[in-house]
Amino acid sequence: MLRDAWLITRKDLRIEVRSRIALNQIAPFALLMLILFAFALDPDSGVLDRATPGLYWVAVLFSALLAIQRAFALESSDGNRDALRLSGLDPAGIYLGKVLSIATQLALLEVLLGTGVVLLYGSHGGNWLLVIATCVAATAGIAAAGTLYGVLAAGLRVRETLLPLLLLPVLAPVLIGSTRAFEAARSDTIDQGWPWVGLLAVFAVAYMVFGMFGFGPLLEES
Amino acid sequence: MDTPNTKSEVESVGTGSRATRILGVATIMGLALAAYMALVSSPQDENMGDVVRILYIHVPIVTMAYVGCGLTSLGSVMYLWKKSQWWDITAAASAEVAMVFTALTLVIGMIWGRPTWGVWWVWDARLTSTAMLLLLLLGYLAVRRLQADAATRSKRSAIVGLLLFPNVIIVNRSVTWWRSIHQGTTILNTLKPKIHDQMAVTLVVAMVVVAMLFVWLVIHRWRLTWIETQLDAHELDLAIAERRAEATGPAETAP
Repeated sequence: MLRDAWLITRKDLRIEVRSRIALNQIAPFALLMLILFAFALDPDSGVLDRATPGLYWVAVLFSALLAIQRAFALESSDGNRDALRLSGLDPAGIYLGKVLSIATQLALLEVLLGTGVVLLYGSHGGNWLLVIATCVAATAGIAAAGTLYGVLAAGLRVRETLLPLLLLPVLAPVLIGSTRAFEAARSDTIDQGWPWVGLLAVFAVAYMVFGMFGFGPLLEES
Repeated sequence: MDTPNTKSEVESVGTGSRATRILGVATIMGLALAAYMALVSSPQDENMGDVVRILYIHVPIVTMAYVGCGLTSLGSVMYLWKKSQWWDITAAASAEVAMVFTALTLVIGMIWGRPTWGVWWVWDARLTSTAMLLLLLLGYLAVRRLQADAATRSKRSAIVGLLLFPNVIIVNRSVTWWRSIHQGTTILNTLKPKIHDQMAVTLVVAMVVVAMLFVWLVIHRWRLTWIETQLDAHELDLAIAERRAEATGPAETAP
């Protein structure tokens, strides 16, 4: 299973490295959001800096939608989905592979967005250990839930409109948890951040387990 | 082409039966009784005054909304396990009714909130998680409406439906936790110690009546879906028979 997962991850990441869709389209979109937030909220009033944790994670979620759709658009052309089904790879392995490749792309995107908010908003990160732990747990959760709902919506004519409706309410706890943890990391009460990281980790593990079982049947139906 | 066969079949199969008619009449009478008890015979609340009367309809409706949501998840699990259409339709019917009840909860809650808090909406944990429940249900119903053959649609919606209840719990917990940092007690905690006997009786009656209404609506929605699937199958049979008749020769299909 893990070997299958690694195979899928390598395949997807290799396609991303060669096609550069993530680099040329999704990353600029994420940066564009940071600039739009500054237009919407007056950068001189200090609102932007105070709202940074929330804005950062909203930007991550919206970019994640694009990355997830992209991960399944890869499989939609030239009957790739049928090939994937016939490949004899373990569906749980395919799922984990997709999760890992989406998580890797999201992690890179988070580094980029993090640099963006530090440079553009003049924000400071706070406690680095908490920030990194939050990022790891939240990214795993977004990728785990996103891959499951992504395969559900993949192959449908309405996928672009259906995925946000299905996925964003489900990811609301991730947004709450990661934003609070970031706020705690920036404040003096760092201890209050760790329970939120725990929530994010539980979310990620729960979805990962469910995804490993649910992915196979969904892949067959899509 | 008009098919008298189909028409008569649809006319003969309604969504009601003797049992549901009795249940329906009992529900209407129960609603009248609950309305009388809630609006006339029960006392005012010391703090809230007449506004408390909204809670007699609000609490039962939100309870049944969550029950409907649980029933959808149960139906989805049972469908995945038994592969029976019965459970699939149960999940679909209860989700639709739960969606209506959730929307009603929000509307009634906002009407209650305006005189109580002075605003239509506050970011209270209950309100926020109920709004999230509505969105989750809308997502589920969107999946149900996707064009696909019956088995695909059932399996797809069963997986989304299965996740519905766990998601509601996770969202509810995280929202409660989120708000608990900012505000202490919620409404029900302040209400509980002062509940009057007559108020409790009224609330119980309203609970039972709204539960009856929920059951009545789900049964009818269930039967409607069932008739629709039967009609689809029947029309398919007719179309096949028609193609066969065409193949055997033009003489037989001429008017």
